[in-house]
Amino acid sequence: MAVLKTEGLTKFFGGLCAVRDFGIEVPEGGLHGLIGPNGAGKTTVFNMVTGLYPASEGSIVFDGQSVVGMEPHQITQLGIARTFQNIRIFPNLTVLDNVRIAYHSHAGYGFLDAVLRTRHFEQKERELSERTQDFLDVFGLADLQDEVASSLPYGQQRRLEIARALAADPKLLLLDEPAAGMNPQETVELMDLIHFIRDRFALTILLIEHQMRVVMGICEWITVMDFGEVIARGTAREVQTNRQVIEAYLGKGEVAGARRRA
Amino acid sequence: MIKRVAQTRLGTHWKWIVGVVAVYAVGQLMISLGILTTYWATILQKACIMAIVSLGLNLIYGFNGQFSLGQWGFYAIGAYASADITYRWARGDMSGLAVVLTTLLLGAVALVVWGKGTARRIAAGVLGMAVVGWIVHIVVVGTFSPWAFLVDVCNVFAVMPGFLSQEVAFLAALFFGGTVAAVVSYFFGLPVLKMGGDYFGIATLGFTMVVKVLADNADSVFPEMKGARGMVGTPQLTTWFWACLFLVITVVVLRNLLQSSTGRAVISVREDETAAKAMGIDTTKYKTLAFVVGSFFAGLAGALYAHRYPTLHPTAFHFVKSFDPLIIVVFGGLGSLTGTVVAAFAWAISLEGLRLLPAGMELWRYVIYPLILLLVMLLRPQGLLGGAELGFLRARIWPRRKAAAGSTLEAVEGAQDGSA
Repeated sequence: MAVLKTEGLTKFFGGLCAVRDFGIEVPEGGLHGLIGPNGAGKTTVFNMVTGLYPASEGSIVFDGQSVVGMEPHQITQLGIARTFQNIRIFPNLTVLDNVRIAYHSHAGYGFLDAVLRTRHFEQKERELSERTQDFLDVFGLADLQDEVASSLPYGQQRRLEIARALAADPKLLLLDEPAAGMNPQETVELMDLIHFIRDRFALTILLIEHQMRVVMGICEWITVMDFGEVIARGTAREVQTNRQVIEAYLGKGEVAGARRRA
Repeated sequence: MIKRVAQTRLGTHWKWIVGVVAVYAVGQLMISLGILTTYWATILQKACIMAIVSLGLNLIYGFNGQFSLGQWGFYAIGAYASADITYRWARGDMSGLAVVLTTLLLGAVALVVWGKGTARRIAAGVLGMAVVGWIVHIVVVGTFSPWAFLVDVCNVFAVMPGFLSQEVAFLAALFFGGTVAAVVSYFFGLPVLKMGGDYFGIATLGFTMVVKVLADNADSVFPEMKGARGMVGTPQLTTWFWACLFLVITVVVLRNLLQSSTGRAVISVREDETAAKAMGIDTTKYKTLAFVVGSFFAGLAGALYAHRYPTLHPTAFHFVKSFDPLIIVVFGGLGSLTGTVVAAFAWAISLEGLRLLPAGMELWRYVIYPLILLLVMLLRPQGLLGGAELGFLRARIWPRRKAAAGSTLEAVEGAQDGSA
C-alpha cells in the first residue's frame, strides 16, 4: 500500500508554474529519491505535501487520508515529518529543548498544570525529558544536550534536525537535501545515519538530493523532475541511463552527455 | 523533617524565597519608619507595576517574537475596568462585583468545555458550588433571577469586616482588570496575529491609540469614568505589599509557563515559525496564548496603577508611553525575565532619581536618559542580561542518564568499522 500518493499535483506562483501534474506513489518502507536540477520544483513538492504551501490543484493522500487543505501542524501530527534544505533548528535553544519541542503534542499536561507545577506536571515533564535523553543517546547527541544548537558543527546540526524530525514519530520522513554543504566525510556519516534510521525506526524515507553519489548509493527507487514535471521514474540504474535525465542534467548534445557519464 | 522539606521543590529554592521576603521586608520597614518618603514609596510601587507590564510584553515580544505596541492599550483597559469595580463598590453599589463574579463563572464554563486536567476539575467544582448556591437562593428568596443571586452573594462582602471586604473587592477588581484585557486581546488577536512582524506592530500601535480615544470618551457610556476630565474617587488600595506580591506571582507564573512544554512551543515560534509548524506546533494557538497571557499581566498592572494614583487620566495612556515597556524589555534583554525586572527598577528609579539634579538642571534628565539608552544599546545590544537568567529563573538542567541498552548510531557505526 502506498504511504504517500499524489495525483495531478500542481503549483502556480502567479503565472509561473513551479510544479505541473506531479504524480508519485511511495510504497511503505524503503528509501525513495526525488532528484532533478536546480529549480525543478522538488522543494515545492515537499512544501505542498507538508502543508506549508497550498496546492493549486491535485490530490495528496497520506496513509489513505487526503491532507490537502490541512494545516502543517496537523499533517505533522498525522505522521509526516521533514527537514529543510537550509537547516532550520531552533538556534538559541539547547539540543535537549530542540527535541523536546517535537514531543510537544505528547506532553500530556495543560497550561494550569505547568503554572501550578502539579505532581502530574512533574511526572509528565520527567517522562518527556528522559525519553528525549534516550532519543538523543540513540543519535550520539546525548553529551551535547545542554549545548546551544547553533554552536554545533554543521554535520551535527543536520543530525539534530533529523533527530528532531524523528522525535515527532513520523511514518514518512521527508529529507530536503540532507547532504547540502557537507564535506565528503560528513556525507559518508550521513549516509550511514539514513540507513540506520530506516532500519531502526521502520519508516519510509523520501529524500531530495543533488549529490548523485548519495542518491544512487542509498535510494531504491528514484523519481526525476525537470521544469516542474516528472521526466523519469525507476531504479537507480534505470534512471542513470535514461536519456531525458542525462539531458536535463548535462544539456543536449549526445556526445557530451555520453562522454561525461562514462 | 527539615530534610524532607529541603528535598521538596520549594526547599531547593529556599535562598531565593528568603531573599525576596527580605527585600520586601526591608522596603516595608523603610516605608513604615518613614526613611523612604511617600514619594519614593510610590516610585518603588511604580517600578513593580512597570515590571509586571514589561514582563507581559517580554512574553509576547521577547519569547514569542511578536513585536507589539499594544501593551499600553491593555494596561489602560485593565486600569479602567478595575477602577470601575472598586469605584462602585466604595459607593455601596455591588453590581460591579456581580459582574466580576459573572466573569468568573463564564470562565469556569469555558474551562469545563475546552480545558483539561486540573484546571477543568477546579472549574467544574466552582460551577457546581454556584449551581447549588443558586438553587438555595431560589428556595430562600423565591426569585429565579441569577443576577439577583450574584448581587446577593456580593452583598455578603458588605457585612464582612471593613478591611477584609476592601481587600476582597480590590483583588476581584485586579482579577477583572486582567481578565478584561485578556479577553479583548483574544478577539483583537484573532485577525491581527495572522499578520507578521511590522504589520502586527503597527496594528497594535493603532489599538493603543484607539483605546486612548475611547478613554477620552468613556463618560458617554460610564459617566463615573469622566472621560477626558479624568476619573477620580477610585480607592487607593495598592500598597508596597500588593505590588511586590503581584510582581512575584507574575515572575513565578511566567517562569513556570516558559519552562514547560507550552512555553517551549511559545519560544519555538520566535526561533523559527516554519520549523515550529513542521514540528507539529499549532503556531496560531501559541501566538494567541502568549498574546492573551501577556495582555492579562498588562491589565493586572493597569489595575494596580489605577488603585495607586488618585486620578485616572487618559493622557497617562497616550501611545508615546507605550514605548516605556518596550524600552524596559529591550534594555533588560529580550527573553530574560531577570533582565526585565532589573530594568524596570532601573528605569523607574533613574528617571525619577534624575529629578534630584540641582535646581535648573531637571530638564537635563531628558538629555541624560536618552544618552544612557543610546550607550547601552551601542555597548550591549542584547540588553543588560541578554537571554540569561539568574538562580530560580534558570532552566532546570536534566542530569545525563546512563546510556540505555539497545542499538545506537555509534554501536552501528562501530560494528560497520569493525567489519570493514
